Amino acid sequence: MSVRTLPLLFLNLGGEMLYILDQRLRAQNVPTDKARKVMNDLISTMFNKKFLEELFKPQELYSKKALRTVYDRLAHASIMRLNPASMDKLFDLMTMAFKYQVLLCPRPKDILLITFNHLDAIKNFVRDSPDIMNQVDETFRHIIEVYGCLPAGEFQLIRQTLLLFFQDMHIRVSIFLKDKVQNSNGRFVLPISGPVPWGTKVPGLIRMFNNKGEEVKRMEFKHGGQYVRAESEGSFELSGDRVLTLGTNMYSASRPVETRVSGALKNSSLNTKDNIAARTLAKEELNFLARLMGGMEIKKTSGPEPGFRLNLFTTDEEEEHAALTRPEELSYQVINIQAAQDQQRNEELTRIMGEFEIHDQPQQSTSKGGYSNRKLMPGGKEQSTAFPHLLPFPKPQIVHTHTKSLHGKDSDL
Amino acid sequence: MTFLLSTESSLGSHFGTSRTSAPDRSMYRRERPVPMRSCPAALYNNLSVLPLPAPGLTQFALVHGPTAQLLSAAPDGLPVSQRQLHTKDGAGPGFPLITQAYWCVLPFRVLLVLTSQRGIQIYESDGSVMVYWHALDSTDASPVQALFARGIAASGHYICVGTWSGRVLVFDVPAKGPNIVLSEELDVHQAPITDIAAEPAQGQDCVADVVTADDSGLLCVWKSGPEFKLLTRISGFGTPCPSVQLWQGSVAAGYGDGQIRIYEASSGALHVQINAHARGICALDLAPEAGKLLSGAEDSFVHIWKLSRNPHSGCIEVEHCHAECVTDTQVCGARFCDLRGSSFAVTGYDLAEILRYSCV
Repeated sequence: MSVRTLPLLFLNLGGEMLYILDQRLRAQNVPTDKARKVMNDLISTMFNKKFLEELFKPQELYSKKALRTVYDRLAHASIMRLNPASMDKLFDLMTMAFKYQVLLCPRPKDILLITFNHLDAIKNFVRDSPDIMNQVDETFRHIIEVYGCLPAGEFQLIRQTLLLFFQDMHIRVSIFLKDKVQNSNGRFVLPISGPVPWGTKVPGLIRMFNNKGEEVKRMEFKHGGQYVRAESEGSFELSGDRVLTLGTNMYSASRPVETRVSGALKNSSLNTKDNIAARTLAKEELNFLARLMGGMEIKKTSGPEPGFRLNLFTTDEEEEHAALTRPEELSYQVINIQAAQDQQRNEELTRIMGEFEIHDQPQQSTSKGGYSNRKLMPGGKEQSTAFPHLLPFPKPQIVHTHTKSLHGKDSDL
Repeated sequence: MTFLLSTESSLGSHFGTSRTSAPDRSMYRRERPVPMRSCPAALYNNLSVLPLPAPGLTQFALVHGPTAQLLSAAPDGLPVSQRQLHTKDGAGPGFPLITQAYWCVLPFRVLLVLTSQRGIQIYESDGSVMVYWHALDSTDASPVQALFARGIAASGHYICVGTWSGRVLVFDVPAKGPNIVLSEELDVHQAPITDIAAEPAQGQDCVADVVTADDSGLLCVWKSGPEFKLLTRISGFGTPCPSVQLWQGSVAAGYGDGQIRIYEASSGALHVQINAHARGICALDLAPEAGKLLSGAEDSFVHIWKLSRNPHSGCIEVEHCHAECVTDTQVCGARFCDLRGSSFAVTGYDLAEILRYSCV
C-alpha cells in the first residue's frame, strides 16, 4: 500500500543477506582478501547510485518472486557463486529475520532505527574502502531526508505494507527456535515484558476528569504484562546510539543456521487466481525488474581471479537434499519468465539479465533467462573442475549417488 | 484441513493464556475457534461480525490482502459456509488490496461494504451480489501518496466511507435496490481516515451521531443528515487514532501509543484517559446495551472496559473488567458478538483462526 516501502525492504533484507554471507564466508574459511572482495563487490552493487534511484521511486511492493530475482542477481555480483538451494535458504533466512524485526518493532518509526542498524553494520564492513563508504553514507543521508519527517501514520502504513509482504511466511529458523524467539509452528514469540516503546506510557492507569479538566479520580488495573518505562530514544542521526538491537548482527561464526521449510497445508491460502499470479511474473514486475537491474552494474570478474562456491548448508549433501525436498509452493524460482505475455519486455529483460553473465564461469544455476529446474543437479559435477572451491567435501560424485538412491534412476544432467 | 494446523502447532501458542485481572466482574472463557483458510492482514479494525437470524449462527468478515473472507460459524466453531470476495479490477502482481470489510446495519437492510485501494464495493449482506461500486478519485494525489479507502460506518440510511486524502464520502442508501447515491463529500480531515463510528441519535438533546478519525489523531464529531454538520474537532497531536467508537454522546478513541481516551462528543472535553496497551491499538468495539468497550492491540492483549455515566457529574467513568492475553499474536481485529457484550471474537496477524470468548 505505502509506495515508500521498497527502499526500506530492500536495504534491510540486503543487510541481513550480508550478515549471513559474512558468517558463511568465515565458517567456510574463505581467505580474508577474497571474502573482503566479495563483501565490497556486493555492497558496492547494492549502493550503486543508478540502482538506488530506481529503488527510491514511489512504487508498490512487488512479489517475493520478483524481489528474490533481484537478490539473486545481487548475490552473484561478485566472484562468489550460490546454488539454488543455498540461494533459497539465504532468502528464507533474510526474510524471516526481517519479518521478526518488523513484527517486534516497538513503534512504527523505529523501522528507521532497524534500517540504521543495518546501515551502520554495512559501513563497518567497508570501513577500509572510502569510496564504497561514501556511497553508503550518501544513501544514509537520503534516507534521513526522505523518511526523517514522515508522520507516525505513514510509518504505520509502511509497517502494515511490510507485514502484508511477509504474510503466510512461517519458515522455522533454528537460531530463532534455539533462542526461543520463534515457536515450533513458525510464529514468533511476542514478549509482554520489557520497555514500552518511546512515547508510550506503561499500561495500568485510568485517570478520570470533570468538565473543567480537573482530575477527579485515579484507578489502577492489572493489565497482564510486565512493562517498564523506556529509558531513551534511539538516534536518528547519521551516527549515534540506536538503542534498539533489532537489525544488528545476530549471527556469529560458530552458529550454523538451519531453516526448516514447512510447506503449506493442502487448503492453502493460494487459490487458483493467486497461484497463476504466483507462478508467472506479471508485466509490471518484468518492467520493474528491467528498470531495477538495468541500474545494477555487475562487475565482470577481472583477470584470472577464480570464483568459488559458497554453501549455506554444512555439507554438499545437505544442500542437494534441501533442493530436492523443497515444497513446490515455496519455490521462489522464476519458472515462467518465457511464458510472460509481453514478448518485447521479456526479450529486453532477457537481454539485460544476459548482460550479467560472467562469461568465464561455466554454466551454473544462473543460466540465461531463468533458473535451472530444481530437479536437475545443481551443476556440482562441472563446477569442481572449473574452479577451485573451498568446501571441505569436494565430492560431487557422492551427490550423484544420493540422487540415484532417492529417485531410483540416474538424473539427466 | 485447517484443524490440522491447530494440532501441529504448539498448544501454548494457540490456546492463549487467560490472565484475568482481579477482581474480575466478568469471566470469559475460550470457545472453539473458527478455522480459516488464510491469516488476516495486519490492518486496523480487521474483523466485522454479524449475528444471523438462525439461532447461534454468527457471520465473520475479515481481510486477507487482495481478498476478503466471509465465514459463518455455529457456536461449536464449525464453519457453516465460506465465501471469498475479491477487489474489483483485480489485476497485476500485488492485486489491489482490500483495506476493510464491514457490515452496515441500516433501517431496512444490511449491506456489506469493502474498501480497497481502488474504491468501494457494496454487497448484499451475504456477499452474493455486488449492488454498488464507487471508484476512488485520484486526481489530487501526488505520486508519493498511497491511495485507498478505509473507515466504514452506517448512520441512519447513510453509509460513510473514509479515504486516503481525509475526505469522507457519504452515500445515501435506499430501502432496497442498487440506487445508492453519493450524497456528500466531507473535506475536513487532512490525513488519511482510519475509522468512522456512528450511533443512533439519542433523543433530542444528543445531536452528535457520527465521529470520524484519522492518521494524525484528529477526531471530528458530526451530526448526520442530508447535510452533515461538523460539531467538534478533537486533536490527537500527531498520534494516529486507528479506532473509534461512539456511546451515549461519548467518543471512545484508541490511539497508536496504546492510550484510550474518552471525550464528551458535543464539547470535546476529555473525561477519561487510560494507559491501556503497550503497543498501538488496532481495534475498538462497543456493546451498547451494557456500555462495554473492547480494545485490542499489537501488544497481544484484549481488554474489556465498563463505561458508565456518573449521575452527579454527568461525566463518563470507566472500570476495567477483563484482560485477555492472546499469546504471541498481534491483534488486528476485535468485536463483540452480541449487543450485551457477553461474547467477543478476535483476529490476529499470522493467526489462521478466529478466536472466540464468551461469558461464563
